[in-house]
Amino acid sequence: MSLYQGIFVRDMHIAFKQKAELVQPIMFLLMVVTLFPLGVSPSPDTLQRIGPGVLWIAAILSSLMAMERMFRDDFQDGTMEQYVLSGMSLAGISAVKVCAHWLVSFVPMLVLSPLLAMFLNLTFDMYVALIITLLLGTPLLSFIGAIAVGLTVGLQKGGVLLALLLIPVFIPLLIFATSAVDSAALQLPYYPQIAIIAAMLLLSAAIAPFAIAYSLKVSQN
Amino acid sequence: MLEACEITCIKRDRTLFEGISLSVDAGDLLYLRGPNGAGKTSLLRILTGLSAPDSGTVRFNSVDIAVNASAYLSNLVYLGHKSGTNGSLSAIDNLKFWLAQHSANADDDALYETLARIGLVGLEDVPVRYLSAGQQRRVALSRLWLKKASVWVLDEPFTALDTKGVALLEQFMKHHVENGGVVITTSHQALSEEAGRYRVFDLEYRF
Repeated sequence: MSLYQGIFVRDMHIAFKQKAELVQPIMFLLMVVTLFPLGVSPSPDTLQRIGPGVLWIAAILSSLMAMERMFRDDFQDGTMEQYVLSGMSLAGISAVKVCAHWLVSFVPMLVLSPLLAMFLNLTFDMYVALIITLLLGTPLLSFIGAIAVGLTVGLQKGGVLLALLLIPVFIPLLIFATSAVDSAALQLPYYPQIAIIAAMLLLSAAIAPFAIAYSLKVSQN
Repeated sequence: MLEACEITCIKRDRTLFEGISLSVDAGDLLYLRGPNGAGKTSLLRILTGLSAPDSGTVRFNSVDIAVNASAYLSNLVYLGHKSGTNGSLSAIDNLKFWLAQHSANADDDALYETLARIGLVGLEDVPVRYLSAGQQRRVALSRLWLKKASVWVLDEPFTALDTKGVALLEQFMKHHVENGGVVITTSHQALSEEAGRYRVFDLEYRF
């Protein structure tokens, strides 16, 4: 078992032992999306128009719920101290933990997305655009979110602070993602939006692990 | 082996200690003493490199650990207030993952043997959160048996341990020191004779 593989396996083990924490954000997403037809209007046209925005906002909010889990337990039980002293690169550990977190928090969301698309009367073209933006955008949420989690993990009750820090940062992603789905609805090309989201993802994947490592170090002090 | 030069630590505008120097060599057991709030934990965390001192350096075999810590870290076991075990994993799983991260190898037999020695027979596969505080502490302490490290930095290792556990740990500390290891420990109870010879380092509370 290589070093980083070991951390991945450990995180997966723990995630599946805490099933409630896995399921809660997904249930939250499902419920928020269900509220819109009830609260706004059940007319198919309205739902189709607001659908992409609703799905993305719900995804961002539910991701905030799951985000804290990434480092909270490890920080509180002292595992983080042992990571720092293990001599492994903290950036490498962070990258592995972000990937593990993405797999357990966002992949179920992707699996659920066809159902949600149906709730909101999205056309097939819109759904294709939605799934592409989710595939590229949710890892971005994980990477950027992890930096803020690293910074707030040492604070008591950092939950709301985390949301206040992160929601403004996610605005560009939200704009490009919903605009891609809107273009798909009008049968227009949406490569530019996808390309921009992909560029943001690549940039964050390259830089975020180091920022996360640094913020975790700072939280140790 | 390990030396600290002129270390200063300031927390929230209060100087915990200033210009402290200490050095430990193979075969030393250093017993760090001081009232609550004197900065024992802060000093230990600085000695391990977990936090950076406000001034001063820590050197391991004459290498500054702020510059290159890899040789030091592979020779160090640190046990803090927090046990570093995950509550939903069993003792065995916790130790396996910890050993893998610290590039220390031990086969399953060695793991079970160590847990038996430390008094956790039959509890190897129970999630750690269901164990008592003393048993959780024992799981954390079993790392000392499993990783071959010359420097042990222990922050209140006796907390929650019963008398037998304390004696076991003291004997093992003595054994480690006699074999050329280094132990730096804090404790609010005085060390007993089981721990062998030791040096005392007093930290005073400063206003």
